[in-house]
Amino acid sequence: MTPNTFLLGQTFNGLSYCSILLLISLGLAITFGLMGVINMAHGELMMLGSYTAYVLQNIFLRHYSEHFSYYFAIALPLAFVVAGAVGLLLERSLIRFLYGRPLETLLATWGVSLILQQLMRQIFGANNVDVRSPAWLTGRWEPFPGLELPHIRLFIIAFTAICVLLMYAVLFRTTLGLKIRAVTQNRDMSACLGISTGKVDAYTFAIGSGLAGMAGCIISLMGSVGPNTGQNYIVDAFMVVVLGGVGKLAGAIAGSFAIGEVNVLFESFSTATMGKVLVFTVVILFLQWKPSGVFPSKVRSLD
Amino acid sequence: MKTRVANEWLVFAVLLAVLLLAAPNALSPFRLNLLGKFLALAILALGIDLIWGYTGILSLGHGVFFGLGGYCMAMYLKLAVGTAGTYMVALPDFMVWNGLKALPWFWKPMYHFWIAIPLAVLLPALCGAIFGFLTFRSRVQGVYFSIITQAMALVASLLLIGQQPYTGGTNGITDFNDILGFPIAAKKTQTGLYIVTVLCLAACYVLCRWIVRSKFGRVLAAIRDAENRVRFLAYDTVMFKVFVFSISAALAGLAGALFVPQVGIISPSNIGVVPSIEMAIWVAVGGRGTLSGAVLGAVLVNAAKSAFSESFPDFWLYFLGLLFIGVVLFFPEGCVGIFLRARERFRRPAKKSPGAELKSEMEKPVPQRAGGVSR
Repeated sequence: MTPNTFLLGQTFNGLSYCSILLLISLGLAITFGLMGVINMAHGELMMLGSYTAYVLQNIFLRHYSEHFSYYFAIALPLAFVVAGAVGLLLERSLIRFLYGRPLETLLATWGVSLILQQLMRQIFGANNVDVRSPAWLTGRWEPFPGLELPHIRLFIIAFTAICVLLMYAVLFRTTLGLKIRAVTQNRDMSACLGISTGKVDAYTFAIGSGLAGMAGCIISLMGSVGPNTGQNYIVDAFMVVVLGGVGKLAGAIAGSFAIGEVNVLFESFSTATMGKVLVFTVVILFLQWKPSGVFPSKVRSLD
Repeated sequence: MKTRVANEWLVFAVLLAVLLLAAPNALSPFRLNLLGKFLALAILALGIDLIWGYTGILSLGHGVFFGLGGYCMAMYLKLAVGTAGTYMVALPDFMVWNGLKALPWFWKPMYHFWIAIPLAVLLPALCGAIFGFLTFRSRVQGVYFSIITQAMALVASLLLIGQQPYTGGTNGITDFNDILGFPIAAKKTQTGLYIVTVLCLAACYVLCRWIVRSKFGRVLAAIRDAENRVRFLAYDTVMFKVFVFSISAALAGLAGALFVPQVGIISPSNIGVVPSIEMAIWVAVGGRGTLSGAVLGAVLVNAAKSAFSESFPDFWLYFLGLLFIGVVLFFPEGCVGIFLRARERFRRPAKKSPGAELKSEMEKPVPQRAGGVSR
């Protein structure tokens, strides 16, 4: 393996890690960036997505084993629906009482995450479970000798790209997106113009949660999943949003690329933990230079 | 007004007397040890209340400072074992497993109790000051600060786990023999440690009370309520925040140093993301912005935790989760807030004092928002 292919391989690995981070933080960018809600249960919504894939896999293995290769194509939208529904319930029953108080949402949703974790632990056991990848995702693509790109990672990158494009389309090409942006910019004025802000909040939160569910589904391809799956990713995902700046999807994209690539780069010449430590240091130093992230949302008002 | 302050000191003195004189005789050694542990954690809660309740900054990384203090103490205790350990060598047992030949340089000062103890307080204070300066200077505020401190807690626990030869890894540091020559597990030593803890807690309470009642404390509350206005009045809010964050970190370090000899172990599971956020809920349950609330909350929640884990270990997390939700939705003022409001309602018809607006900080209702968006 020549140094160039090694570098290429590392960049590719970084890219697939970036896409996972992006998929997670896309949901956060919506709930945090647009709605100002710190959803600490985001990781657990992800975990619900992972378990959805696991349950569906078992159902297929038992009853429809001849169609097993298709199960993942069903698991993705189903994870979106399951996590989205839980998110909707969460928003209506809890979060809507806490708008404008981000620290309170942080604590309350942390409580929700504890409950969801313990629930899953009692239903599925404390041990991690494995989700089998369908056959069409197990191969490798070798564009030239020395460089092997696993299909799974290629699929993850492509899927993330589609999700990002879809989110842009929803936000900037649909009526719902127009309403979401309007409510984000000026809630009172939107309400005056006849937008049902409560409904828009609920839909927005459900979309963000659904994205988390799909991210969880994707993560189940990369390794075994368990009740703590969400927690392993949530802090990184929040760092992405802080680094990228809130209020714009571009922030999440830039943030996850920066953190993902830097992480893989550092990991390649030291250990995984030192990689994390260095990334954290880099983020702190970066915030010295650009305190509100790469794409800050511009405000003119002060309290 | 004056009698009320006198009453507060009376309550304080009575509580102190009960804790110092009655508790060691009335409680079994096991319960006394538990109480000592809770009171050590109450010192940490005072620190969190100082920055969260009074200054409006929620730190989700106080486990790190707690851990720094705790590890300093644990390093001293481990070195005090000397050659009496499992391997009969002067090196701590986990270093022997991990193939270290000599003591790392940063372990060497910890041979001396009177170096380890000041370090347990000063090291967190210094780290808090550096971290606070870097973040507050770039005007990282509100939830952003909370998220970054949470990442700090994650990184610190990963670092401790990753550097196993130097830190003991996931297992942490445990198996201590004696402290300053006294056998650590003996009943008398544990009672002594308990009394030291009570005295430290009382001293910290007085210190915090003095801070929040001083002009400095007024500025802190002003920063909490409208930081920009304070800045426009030519106060250097960054330095105020760095200073109070540093004090808060020092209190956490002291709590860690008192916690370790009573519990007998410190490990990354005491300092990561999960324990750090739990520390915030102690203060929220007790009552933000009241020092007595912080102490009460730390003792109540931890007592509930040990009671639950004795009888229904599976349900503790449900209860804790509901506690997080409930305290935010229904009791944002915490136990002390509810008590004060009830007392206020009880008193109001009797007498309306002319200086009602100038009530002391103790009686001010807890602010609804802590670093939130004003609306």
